[in-house]
Amino acid sequence: MQLAFIHNLGKYFVFMGSLFTNRESFKTYFKLTIDECVLIGVNSIVLVSIVATFMGAVTTLQTAYNLVSPFIPDYVISLVVRDMTVLELAPTIIAVIYAGKVGSSIAGNLGTMRITEQIDALEVMGINSSSYLVLPKVVASILMYPLLVIIAGILSLTGGYLVGVLLNIMSPQDFIFGIRDGFNPFSIQFALIKSVAFAFLISSISSYKGYYTQGGALEVGIASTQAVTTSVIAVLFADYLLAQLLL
Amino acid sequence: MIEIENIQKSFDDKSILKGISGVFEKGKTNLIIGASGTGKSVLLKNIVGLVKPDVGVVKYSNRDFTNANRDLKTEIRREIGMLFQGGALFDSKTVEQNVMFPLDVLTTAPVDEKLDRANFCLKRVGLENTNNKMPSELSGGMKKRVGIARAIVNNSQYLFCDEPNSGLDPQTSILIDNLIKEITLEYNITTVVVTHDMNSVMEIGEKIMFLFEGHKLWEGNNSDIAKTDIKELNDFVFANRMMRNLRDS
Repeated sequence: MQLAFIHNLGKYFVFMGSLFTNRESFKTYFKLTIDECVLIGVNSIVLVSIVATFMGAVTTLQTAYNLVSPFIPDYVISLVVRDMTVLELAPTIIAVIYAGKVGSSIAGNLGTMRITEQIDALEVMGINSSSYLVLPKVVASILMYPLLVIIAGILSLTGGYLVGVLLNIMSPQDFIFGIRDGFNPFSIQFALIKSVAFAFLISSISSYKGYYTQGGALEVGIASTQAVTTSVIAVLFADYLLAQLLL
Repeated sequence: MIEIENIQKSFDDKSILKGISGVFEKGKTNLIIGASGTGKSVLLKNIVGLVKPDVGVVKYSNRDFTNANRDLKTEIRREIGMLFQGGALFDSKTVEQNVMFPLDVLTTAPVDEKLDRANFCLKRVGLENTNNKMPSELSGGMKKRVGIARAIVNNSQYLFCDEPNSGLDPQTSILIDNLIKEITLEYNITTVVVTHDMNSVMEIGEKIMFLFEGHKLWEGNNSDIAKTDIKELNDFVFANRMMRNLRDS
């Protein structure tokens, strides 16, 4: 078990190293990266928006439900929602959703290419298949995921605002005051640092799982599942590590 | 010309190739035949570099491919075209994009020139009006023909075909076989075909290597294959009734 883990970890690092050897032209990668940005980023906006809006709304409702003391002012609700959203919910919970959607798609795509010999075809042509197929995905993920996190953060707070105001939990002024009160700009930086790390982990782990698929359709399914579970575990571990190091 | 010297390969202590040597000649359709599980596809993968042999050397026109540095390996690989068993067309690209792909990635030619070349190759394999079709819209035979067009688009010097007839009806099989033979002669390239189809053997087998349990048991051409006294080869050649009837008549 431990040996298998160490073997896989070593293989993963060798795989990541292979992305930067024997590369094709910049023009080739640029076009591929733009295509991947659309597939990975733009196509995830709707899902991320829905999840983020409801996440903010529910967080506001539950915070209000728990803060019932007359000594606690209403604006604390939005303050709590802000910190939870920016520090944790937008980068981390959306990362879990992102791993489910994008990670499984990357692993499935590469796994299918492997079992149908499309990756072999690239290798026979003299193209470094790992670099050609994976590098654009990783770069696109690193470019697009922070944008998704920013969108998620804004929509989550908007969802919280709408629920807070429409259900008369608090006044619009209190909500805005709570959002601005004691705001530490570093929390935005922290969220973006986390989002870059998570984007790299999800895209690279999913690519690794898909790229080394062996067998048939069943194994492609297994690789997709493993890509999601391994990515989520890596994200949570990195989340803890970054919080410990940077906060 | 491709030379292979003492190719040996094992997977998990199971020996698949046990010292195979031979020469695949230029301008000829060279066949590697044998029953399933004898190591034909593994040998082909060793030759094209998808698998590295444990022992032995593969030489392309006297250039050592097995021990070559990365640059030479890439240079040789760019002279190789390969038709895979299932076609291995890129699902997300149209027929035209699939055929143009090697030119797009490996050359800096203008788009018009690349398009002309792709159209020429598609016409050569008889698929003029399929440019905008997706691979999922093609029949098995059409996929193989697009695979051949993609393999020759970059003026390949070496053409490899892994089971080009698998899953095809007899008529389409003959069409693919003839296409491979014609292209080999027309461009004077070295073609290596892995097959277990006796129709192909009789149709295009100018030089044949018979493998049995990881060994090369026999080498010759399609006019000699039925005249040997090697039991394993005769069992393979005369496995079906039609061939036995032909022999007995």
